[in-house]
Amino acid sequence: MRRILASTGGTVAGIALLIALKPTHTAPPARAAAPEPSGSTTSAGKTTGGTFTGKVVHTRYGPVQVKITVRNGRLAKVKVLQVPSTRGPEPEIARVAVPQLNKAAVAAGTARIDTISGATYTSEGYRESLQSALDKAGV
Amino acid sequence: MSDALRHVEHVMGTVFSFDVRTPPTPRIRAALTNAVAWLHHVDAVFSPYRPDSQISHLRDRTLTLDKCDPDVQDILKFCAELSAETGGRFTASPGGRLDPSGAVKGWAIERASDLLFAAGAVDHCVNGGGDVQTRGEPEPGEPWRIGVADPRDRTRIAAVIEGRDIAVATSGTAERGPHILDPATGRPATALLSLTLAGRRLTRTDALATAAFAMGDEARTWLAARPDLHAYTVTAAGDVHATPAFTTHNGVPWLHL
Repeated sequence: MRRILASTGGTVAGIALLIALKPTHTAPPARAAAPEPSGSTTSAGKTTGGTFTGKVVHTRYGPVQVKITVRNGRLAKVKVLQVPSTRGPEPEIARVAVPQLNKAAVAAGTARIDTISGATYTSEGYRESLQSALDKAGV
Repeated sequence: MSDALRHVEHVMGTVFSFDVRTPPTPRIRAALTNAVAWLHHVDAVFSPYRPDSQISHLRDRTLTLDKCDPDVQDILKFCAELSAETGGRFTASPGGRLDPSGAVKGWAIERASDLLFAAGAVDHCVNGGGDVQTRGEPEPGEPWRIGVADPRDRTRIAAVIEGRDIAVATSGTAERGPHILDPATGRPATALLSLTLAGRRLTRTDALATAAFAMGDEARTWLAARPDLHAYTVTAAGDVHATPAFTTHNGVPWLHL
């Protein structure tokens, strides 16, 4: 039986990281990264746009830092400033997990997705899946 | 962020992800171990691919139902009820072979979630191969937010479903190819690419998702008569349908339960 049991004490890479972003300037509230699902993207009336640089988060794979751009209250772009080395035992955290999370989060216009529902995947398919990325981000 | 407890387990030919947000206690850690052991137990008893499982023995008539684990009797009874409710579109014997798998995974996940909850883990999410049961909240005041993978591009999220105690199940052909038989025709259902159903408890939600997927184009009519069920569907032609409770948020179909 293959088991990975881990307890974490802090917010780590990927999606979870995005909600920990601190604005580098004063314009937009960080709320813009996680709008309410009310149908109106500017329900607060103040979310416009801006660039936010996340703090460096130390994960078991190494330091991770991202910068996001919010436009019209919507997550428009994610730039990965720092990712763990692509050498080492878990290179896919950088090559696969982070880009997939970014793409999904941008597409959904939200900064936080906790888990993924999709047609049953095999163990092999899981490795390339978004859920795998989320698990890696959280572990 | 508070302490979180994560666990990934490869079992039943797929992958289970546990995400426990309640700060872990020894009791919660023990419940997680029990929940993982439970999944392996279910696989050993119910797998139609294991020649030594009770389901295989029942199918081969080397075992009778009264000698089976009570859970086997319960699941087959549940399958019979679902079959009646869905006009035969759900069956424990797709293609004539005993295989209640369509009911087993959701039920196993819901039971694993119950084990965690009973041990005090009131905030958690269990995801088994894309079928999800959540309890409580991921963080105070926040609902669990579940992305529905786009069957045409699984790195995309096609819809979002959020809520506290919710169950979300998706049936589809995206990875395994057409493998869900329509009992009405005996052939694989191909009209839909994927059908996602949202409810409160996964046993029923997962089984109904399988049944509705097998209905193909008829699923929309069937769902329309059941306002308590919420569904997001992508057809083989690429058309997308969402039941009325879905709203649109940033262009993404969005359901708050």
